[in-house]
Amino acid sequence: MTTYLLRRAASSLIIMIGISILVFWMLHLIGGEPGRAVLGLRAPQAQVDAWDKSHGFTRPLVIQYLTYIGQLLHGNLGQSYKQNQGVNAILAEHAPISAYLSGLGLFFAILIAFPVGIFQAVKRNTLSDNVVTTAAFITYSMPVFLLGLLLIQIFALTLGLFPVGAPASVSQNSSLIGAITDPRAMVLPVATLTLVSVANYSRFMRSSALDALAQDYIKAARAKGLPERLVLMRHLVRNACLPMVTLIGLSIPALLAGNLITENVFNYPGLGIMFINALQNEDYPVLLAYTLMGGVLTVIGNYVADIALTVADPRIRLS
Amino acid sequence: MFREVEVLPVTAPPAVAEGGDVTVIQSGWRLGLRSFAQNRLAVVGVALIIFFLLFCYLGPFFYHGNTSVADVINSNSPPVQGHPVGTDSTGFDVLGQLMVGGQSSLEIGLLAAAIASLVGTLWGAIAGLAGGVLDGVMMRIVDVVLSIPLLFVILIVGAKYGSNVVSLAIIIGVFSWLVPARLVRGEVLTLRVRDFVAAARAAGSSRSRLVLRHLIPNALSVVVVNITFQVADAILLVAALGFLGFGLNFPTFDWGDMLSGGTANLLNGYWWQVYPVGICIVLTVMAMNLIGDALRDALDVRLRRR
Repeated sequence: MTTYLLRRAASSLIIMIGISILVFWMLHLIGGEPGRAVLGLRAPQAQVDAWDKSHGFTRPLVIQYLTYIGQLLHGNLGQSYKQNQGVNAILAEHAPISAYLSGLGLFFAILIAFPVGIFQAVKRNTLSDNVVTTAAFITYSMPVFLLGLLLIQIFALTLGLFPVGAPASVSQNSSLIGAITDPRAMVLPVATLTLVSVANYSRFMRSSALDALAQDYIKAARAKGLPERLVLMRHLVRNACLPMVTLIGLSIPALLAGNLITENVFNYPGLGIMFINALQNEDYPVLLAYTLMGGVLTVIGNYVADIALTVADPRIRLS
Repeated sequence: MFREVEVLPVTAPPAVAEGGDVTVIQSGWRLGLRSFAQNRLAVVGVALIIFFLLFCYLGPFFYHGNTSVADVINSNSPPVQGHPVGTDSTGFDVLGQLMVGGQSSLEIGLLAAAIASLVGTLWGAIAGLAGGVLDGVMMRIVDVVLSIPLLFVILIVGAKYGSNVVSLAIIIGVFSWLVPARLVRGEVLTLRVRDFVAAARAAGSSRSRLVLRHLIPNALSVVVVNITFQVADAILLVAALGFLGFGLNFPTFDWGDMLSGGTANLLNGYWWQVYPVGICIVLTVMAMNLIGDALRDALDVRLRRR
């Protein structure tokens, strides 16, 4: 098992290097010489060229890439020229509340999708299963922002239960404490993320639970005379949740993307808003750093999911 | 032996049973299609798609909504006589916009899915057949690109280059071919140990003939199911792009752009600028998902498990 994990770690590392090359190359293609963007449209070309040269943007691509990686390994994600700040500082400012939103969303999604999926499998093809499956299907087919807008319309505008946007204190200064101390305002954003994730997860949970129900050990357990409740608890749940582990690891990119749109809808000043602003300002160091971070998190998420699956499923360990 | 006959996508010659009856052994595709047609949800899905195609492409011939001349006097008007779904903030008729915007959304969705599936199928088939180092390298590349969150990449590239339908479709297609590649590679790996591949090789077919004439047609069921999901995803992606403001440039627009404009007015209570578009998007995506699910159930069972 250790050799398997080491091999996976090595291939994850290769993939991360590949991601860094790809993202760096892509962003160089699009915004490789920021002299013009920084100095403005009216600056003379000679000044722009001098700026580019002095900041090292005219060196060969490979050298620029190696310098970037070198800086990265020292923990320095680059410098945002548009905002006159280090990218580290910008990310650190927005990351905690984004993590808070995503974390809550993931937590509730797992909490809800798990029993819902099992419920759907156990009560398959009955009315309640059909209702739940249909609801999940519609949510799954809806764009994330439409779901957010619907929630705002129903709960904030019509019923007046929750405020329309992010917590007021958070909108001002993106502080994590502000978000934590105003749970009412967090409900709708978290609900949006949760519902989308639940729709996805419960689909998988349902089919994996259905697969597990068809196995022989379930028949054996029932034949032994085990009460249905114990059959479900002891056998079904344990076996059906294995694909969920992989799914959660694999859903990190989706979480980041959903985060982006949800934060936009609710005006929640996290990494998503930072990304959109950077996009509008053509602030490529920030975009590069965030995309790279997303890629690395995905690879790590996959790796952790692999490890978790290996630990949880003895069949993999012993094969 | 019967399984081989089912899998090959050509109709087998009729087999004469002992009693003298002539029975036609149906090909896998026919069986799959029949099972698909019996699935009521699938029929609903197909009907919805046909409806939207007609609505978006034939609709403008019958209903001339104003989508190009700014008409500020009538802007933000709720549904009234002459404007069945109201107008938006520039005075454009929403129903007319739904039709024209739908054309862009559907076109991008279909084109992107076609590009992604074409590239992905070829990539996966070659990787699966080649095996060894080439397979490893090609799949590592797939892993690398797959690890980057799709929305980020599309936003960054689309913001810079995606100003019309074709470029946006190409961008989405170029970053979406990974999933079909993986699927096809998996299928090819299963297929290449089958007898008919050995037979084709023994008969002397070249590698390319093997890929094009034997492997890809048999892997096609997986590809077809995936295309429907790709169309759904592409439409959602384009809508998200439009909503965030980075989609098509004026005067072309799609459903996402309409939502972006309408959202600002949601607080003012102009529901007709948001919900009709939303319903169109949801119904279209739902229809594609229904078709995809039904196709998967129909084709999978026939061609693989039994």
